[in-house]
Order: sequence, then C-alpha cells, then structure tokens
Amino acid sequence: MIDTLQEIYGELRRNRLRTLATGFAVTSGLFLLIVLLGAGNGLIHAFQQNLGDFAFDAIHVYGGMTTKPYAGNREGRRIQLDERDVRMSERNFAGRVGDVLPTLTQTPPSASYGSAHIASPSLIGVYPAYRRTMAVKMLKGRFINEIDLQQTRKSVVVGSNNCDHLFPGDASPIGKALNVSGVMYTVVGVFKANEMSNANEFYVPYTTLAAIYNRGEFIDQLTMTIQNIPSEAKMEQFTDDYYRTSAALHNYDPTDRRALWIWNQARDNIQMQTAMSLLHTAFWVLGLLTLLSGIVGVSNIMLISVKERTHEFGIRRAIGARPWSVVRMVMLESVVITALFGYAGMVLGILFCEWMDHSLGSQTLDIGVMQTTYFVDPTVDLLTCVRATVIIIIAGALAGFFPARKAVKVKPIEALRG
Amino acid sequence: MTCVKEVIKDADMIRLTNIHKTYQGAQPLHVLKGIDLEIKEGEFVAIMGASGSGKSTLLNVLGILDDYDEGEYTLAGTLIKNLSETRAADYRNRMIGFIFQSFNLIPFKNAVENVALPLFYQGVGRRKRNALALEYLEKVGLKDWAHHYPGELSGGQRQRVAIARALITHPKIILADEPTGALDSKTTVEVLDLLKDLHRQGMTIVVVTHELDVGMQADRIIHIIDGQVVLGTTEGQECEQQA
Repeated sequence: MIDTLQEIYGELRRNRLRTLATGFAVTSGLFLLIVLLGAGNGLIHAFQQNLGDFAFDAIHVYGGMTTKPYAGNREGRRIQLDERDVRMSERNFAGRVGDVLPTLTQTPPSASYGSAHIASPSLIGVYPAYRRTMAVKMLKGRFINEIDLQQTRKSVVVGSNNCDHLFPGDASPIGKALNVSGVMYTVVGVFKANEMSNANEFYVPYTTLAAIYNRGEFIDQLTMTIQNIPSEAKMEQFTDDYYRTSAALHNYDPTDRRALWIWNQARDNIQMQTAMSLLHTAFWVLGLLTLLSGIVGVSNIMLISVKERTHEFGIRRAIGARPWSVVRMVMLESVVITALFGYAGMVLGILFCEWMDHSLGSQTLDIGVMQTTYFVDPTVDLLTCVRATVIIIIAGALAGFFPARKAVKVKPIEALRG
Repeated sequence: MTCVKEVIKDADMIRLTNIHKTYQGAQPLHVLKGIDLEIKEGEFVAIMGASGSGKSTLLNVLGILDDYDEGEYTLAGTLIKNLSETRAADYRNRMIGFIFQSFNLIPFKNAVENVALPLFYQGVGRRKRNALALEYLEKVGLKDWAHHYPGELSGGQRQRVAIARALITHPKIILADEPTGALDSKTTVEVLDLLKDLHRQGMTIVVVTHELDVGMQADRIIHIIDGQVVLGTTEGQECEQQA
C-alpha cells in the first residue's frame, strides 16, 4: 500500500500542472457549493428572523363595501361587522378557527405625556387573548387583562418606540398617565414594537374603547387564529366557505370579494414557506451544478491523463502489471487528488462562511422605515460539507475508473505502439 | 552444411505448432501462416525477415503481448493459449524479459526505479527491490548511473538499463526486438556482447532483427518470409567459427 502511494506520489509530482488543474476544479467546486449553501442559509435565516415577530396563524376580517347588487340591494352598501360575526365564526368554523377576537380601532388626534406627543395614535381595543394571537412581545409590565375589561379601566400598553419618544430617560413608564386627546390612560405595559406591523399601536381594553367612543355592538375587525389548514388549497376552501357564510349573514353576493376583506397572514406564511423552500432548492441546485462542474473537470483531466499515459501503461503491462493494478493506480491517483483538494475546498468554504458570519452576519441594513439584518448565521452544517466531499471523492474514483478500464482493454502491444 | 551444437539441452523452451494469426479489418491480413518452431533452453536464436514478413508479430506472440488464432504455443512447458489478461501479465512478469528497440523505459523514473519496476508487480518490498536493481545495474556496468533518469543517459546506457530490467525477474527467455536498431555501431557491439554474456550463462535469447550482423551473433537464424519459417536456415556464428 505504501509502495502504491509512493508510485502515485511520483506520478502526481511529475505532472504538477495537471495535478493542480484537477485539484483546482475540485477545490473550487466544493468551495462554491459550501459558500452558496452558506449564503442561502444566511438569507433564509435572516428572513425568518425578521419575520419571527409576526403571528403567522392569524387572519383578520374587516367589513368592506359591496360592488355587486344582491337580493334587491344596490351596490355600494357598507358591510359593518358586529357581534353576530363573532358567534358565526365560532359556531360555523369550529375546528378551523381557534380564538375569535373582535377589535376596535380609533385614531384620536394625539397622545401626549408632558411636552412629548404623538400625532394620530392607533388605539386598538383588544381582549387579553389578542397578545397570544398576534404574538405581541411584552418588554415591561403586563398586557390588557380580564379585570381591565370587566372594570373598563383606562389602561394602555405602549409600543417600545413610542415609549422611548414619550418617556425619554425614564427608567419605567409603568404607572405613568398618558393623555390621549383629553382622556387619561395609565400605562400598564410596554410591548416590543415591530416597524412592519404594530409600531404605532396603543392597546387598550376593548370595553373601555367601546364605552369612550360609544361604539355599541359594532366591530371594526375580527382577528382569528386558524387551525388545521396546512395547504394553500385548504386555505382557499376556508376563504370561500367564510365568504359564503358571511354573505348569508349580511345579505351580499358571496362572490363579491370587496364586501368583506380577509387579510390572511396565514396564506402569506404558506407562500413564504414555499418561497423559502424554493430559494433553498435553488441554492442546492446551483451548488450541485458547481459540484458537477468540478466532477466534470476531474473526469476530463483523468480522461486526458489516461490517454497521454497509454504508452506508459503499455510498458507497465509488458513487464507484468495486471490490468487491475493499472486501473487501481489511476483510481487511487484520482481519489488522492480529489480527497486532498476536496478537503482543502471544504475547509476554505467553511472558513469563508465563518468570515461571512463574522463580517456580514452582524450588519444591519437600514431601509428607512425599519432596520433589518440581511444575513444571519450563513453557515452549512458539517455533515453536509463532509457528504459533498465524499461525493466528489467517489466521483473522482469513477472518473479514474472508466477511462482506465478502457485503456487496459486494448492489447498491451497496441498500448506499446501508442 | 549442418551444425549440431553439442551443449544444447534436450528440453524445448519454446515450442510453436502451426501458429496462425490474422489481423481482422476491412481487409483481413493473414500474417502468420502456420509457424512451427522449437527453441531449446539456452539457445540464442535470431529471427530475421524483411519488414512485413511477420517477424514482429511472431515476437509479440512469443512475448504474450498478442494472441494467436490457431495452433499451440508452449513456453517452458506451459501452454500459452486463451489466457486472461491477468494471467498473461503474470506470465510476462515471471517468464519473459523484454528488450525493445525504443528501450521503453519510464521517463519519470530513474534507472534503479525502472529496473526495479517488474519486482513492484511481484509485490517485492521497495528496499529489497531497489537493492536488487542496483545489483543488476552493476552487472550491466551502470552502477554509477543508478539515480539518473533515462533522459540523462545515452542510447547504449538506456538499453543496458532495459536489459537489467529484463533480467531482474530471472525470466525463462529474453525477447529482444531490434535491440540495436536505435544504437550506433560502437554501442551495438557493447549491447551484443552483453547478450552473448547472458547466453554463455545459459539464458535463452530470441532476437528479432533485420540486421545480418546482429543475426550472425546467434546460434541459429530463423528466416521468416511471408509468415512462414523458411526451412534449412540453421546457421550462425559458432557454425562459422567451426567451419
């Protein structure tokens, strides 16, 4: 074995350029595969992290305006949600929806504390379960609770960004009185604001908002968690069913999609998951093609190398080399090259991923309305790297095997002439 | 004129019976047309013939580098017929020492490594085969050139390296295909002297040549004309000396 390796070492050293060319194909193939997969993972992780605050199993329903005449009613009629929609959703869609939460929205002119004020704050009247449904993250204090609702307390939960603005320098705004256009609310908690969704929102008890602004039975929005709807097709089915039931309740054309708005984060989520997995697949395909080009490079060079050495093989066979020993020598050469340079490519690829993680992974991108990280943990797990390396080594062995087997199929005398 | 050499032994080293060989192609070429030939152990035989006569094909058959279509070839009591390439490689390795016109040394191996290569294929360890190779290089007078590469040696030196390589496995026969074809007259003499030395030590040698000077060094000349052995051509240097 050591002898064979020494044979191979002599051979590789003699053909330095060819060895390097083969090796480069392998190294670059593996390097690019790992870097591509790492970058892909980085993008996907960043995306997931940026969207991590969203409640992906929630849908929102708003009343709209009819666009089709129906059952004697003209188009252009407003559809106003009310208590009946809550009961209808709970009863008719049991199993497919979890919490059904009515919310109210009111936009008074301002909210202020001392000299600091915010124009047009969005007051959202909510139930306690809203926090779970919308995945609101609490930083300080508490969310709206049952007692707030029962006693119609004037409690408010403030977003972290508004909190910084309204209560600068204060260790804790909890217990402070917030003046919302003349009505004094007590701050009970601070939630982590997400610039893409709830940054300007102030959560107050549903009953409080309904009482202060005299909203009666009417509801601005229904927020529901959905369950057991795994695919887009099932989601379409749910949407159709919901329109049909709601249309019967409010007496509009069930095909009139503007009579009722359903904002479906869940469907967005399914699409996003699909997009992610497409991105993931695309990176894999690109990576594997790069790997393939490396393999083709090795195969090409082995093909030429074997052709060039026909005469040498003839000499070896004339003095007693068995065909298999020639084939084995070529294969081992190929394996040694691909293993050494493949390992180098793997290590370089991993190092590059680490560098990306170190340099780009910690950077954030300011896109005006928000800051976002665009690269998180751009690394590939070691098992994948090792697998890719093993694949290219096997491919290297095969790349040596086929031309060598062809070469030893000719008679030794023909090889000697060649 | 007949010449019967007293010293030759009875055993046939090589026996060919009715060997036929045809190269298939668009125009099939019948090259060997029923060769019958016996070569005794310890004989020094020259095979002569014009180019295209089939003498090289005959040598390839003798060297198990090529197969034949019909007849029987026995080498040292072993029937050489329809061998797998693996068996053929083993027989070549253990029974035959080749000397080629173009030397056929491996250019990226030095003299010792070239000489030692047949032993590599016998599984002999590196140290042992290199020591043996050095011994054989000494026998052909190239000990000082042991670590030179073929490109650094003269034609005569290269051929002597090739001879050392042919001898290292203690083969039954030495097959030489125009061994002096690429050499000048001075080195030709050197190489021929080396072959004659081997002959004196009892080695069976078959040389293919078209040079009469070379053929005359042998015990016996076998003329091949158009794929057949021409009878009554038992001649050679020693007969001449007796005459």
